[in-house]
Amino acid sequence: MTTIATDASAPTSALAGFINRNGPVLAIVAIIFALWEAAVRALDVPDYLLPSPSVIAAKIVVSWQLLLVNAFVTLEEILLGFSLSVLIAVPLAVAAVYSRIFERVAFPFMVSLQTIPKVALAPILVIWFGYGILPKVMVAFLISFFPIVINSVIGMRSAEREMIYLVQSMGAGELTTFLKIRLPKALPSIFGGLKVGIGQAVVGATVGEFIAAEHGLGYLQLVSQVRLDTPLLFAAVVVLSLLGVLLFHVIALIERIALPWSRVATEVVE
Amino acid sequence: MSRDPRIAAPARAGVPITIAGVTKHYRAARGGDVHALSEIDLAIAAGEFVSIVGPSGCGKSTLLMLIAGLIPPTAGAIEVGGARVGGAVGNVAIVFQRDVLLDWRTVLGNVLLPVEIKKLDPATHRRKARDLLRSVGLADFEEKYPGELSGGMRQRVAICRALVQDPGLLLMDEPFGALDALTREQMNLDLQRMWLRDRNTVLFITHSIEEAVLLSDRVVVMSSRPGRIADIVANELPRPRGAHTRSEPGFVEHVERVRRHFLALGVLSET
Repeated sequence: MTTIATDASAPTSALAGFINRNGPVLAIVAIIFALWEAAVRALDVPDYLLPSPSVIAAKIVVSWQLLLVNAFVTLEEILLGFSLSVLIAVPLAVAAVYSRIFERVAFPFMVSLQTIPKVALAPILVIWFGYGILPKVMVAFLISFFPIVINSVIGMRSAEREMIYLVQSMGAGELTTFLKIRLPKALPSIFGGLKVGIGQAVVGATVGEFIAAEHGLGYLQLVSQVRLDTPLLFAAVVVLSLLGVLLFHVIALIERIALPWSRVATEVVE
Repeated sequence: MSRDPRIAAPARAGVPITIAGVTKHYRAARGGDVHALSEIDLAIAAGEFVSIVGPSGCGKSTLLMLIAGLIPPTAGAIEVGGARVGGAVGNVAIVFQRDVLLDWRTVLGNVLLPVEIKKLDPATHRRKARDLLRSVGLADFEEKYPGELSGGMRQRVAICRALVQDPGLLLMDEPFGALDALTREQMNLDLQRMWLRDRNTVLFITHSIEEAVLLSDRVVVMSSRPGRIADIVANELPRPRGAHTRSEPGFVEHVERVRRHFLALGVLSET
């Protein structure tokens, strides 16, 4: 309660807090960029081999519209693939926890499928689903699906036996036990899976665009490569990275809001 | 003794328990049969405080599960409050060794869990939950999460969660086993105070002979594999009992009697 109150009442210190927490990381990033810039200038490296950070930044400023339009295409593929993963993985995890057949047969089968490199399926998906958005969504879905389903199953199995006995002794049926115990108990683990999954979805969408596309940041990279426009290639990498970081933090933010108690628990451990 | 006058008398008094010829076999994970309990007969009066002491594996916890209706007996019958147990019993609350608080609920939310599940009247029970928390010194912690509490505080919350239901029968499975010695002594006194106030029937499982004698009207001594009742020690020492009780001859005598059983059973060895 008190921690939440201080957070809300001191928005001016939010930036200070951010710098405080991430200061060392920001410093390292700044040092790397500075060294990079200095090395490229000193050694006179041509832009098509390795553009300096300032050249990449300038490219982003000049080509922001191109980057933004393509970023939205990729974002759409990521979000569709990721949403599909969540919508299928979480109910499947529930089924795996409650159904013997699912637990004994379907779930181990799925886990063994995990070893197939999903990226290798991308060309096949193009043959099946064409050049549109669908194969990219499918790759994003396939690749982000497993971390979500596995973490959800682990989370839903994590409720202690006594906890289940406790609510049963109060007369709770299966549905109440699920809603009051298993699901909330599983949420931190599910969010862990979502955070891994969203990063994987970015990879999936980009790889899908490498195989066959007419839009998107992955497509933009291919075009830049062919044209030897290395600054634009790097600019696309920067935007893709920002996209990944942004999506990760959106999920982390939802987690913080939805599970305030989880933060409390980790703070106490620290 | 600080009694809180705001807490009304319990809506329901303690209920009697009758255990007749109860036997329990388990099928062990590696195959084979585990004979957990054999021919247990025990009658507990309404409002009585009974402890069960025994070595690990004597089936104490199994007996508690059977009484709560969470597992069925292989043979025999159990009655709680005159009704035969088959499936979970409405009038029973359990406290485990692990507090099993729900991390995602505040302290008050945890205490109100049974109120929600049993669909009891929210307003009166919210008041009762607050009174209970105040009576164990946790009034200022209502809105905290369990992650912010110490082990002793967490177990107090677990006890409040059990008592908010006005249980006719309170089943406690080594509730203070994970606490440090001082906290444990304080919890014993707190539990006694609440029991003297509410007079629900309590079945209390413990490894501590002293704890059992301090709290109980009767101490049931069990032997192991299969679990059987070896002795029942009646204890009429006056209440409230406390630190002073531990030095009384009667207390020492009861403790010695229980200990002799464990020596005889080979659970304790002096050589």
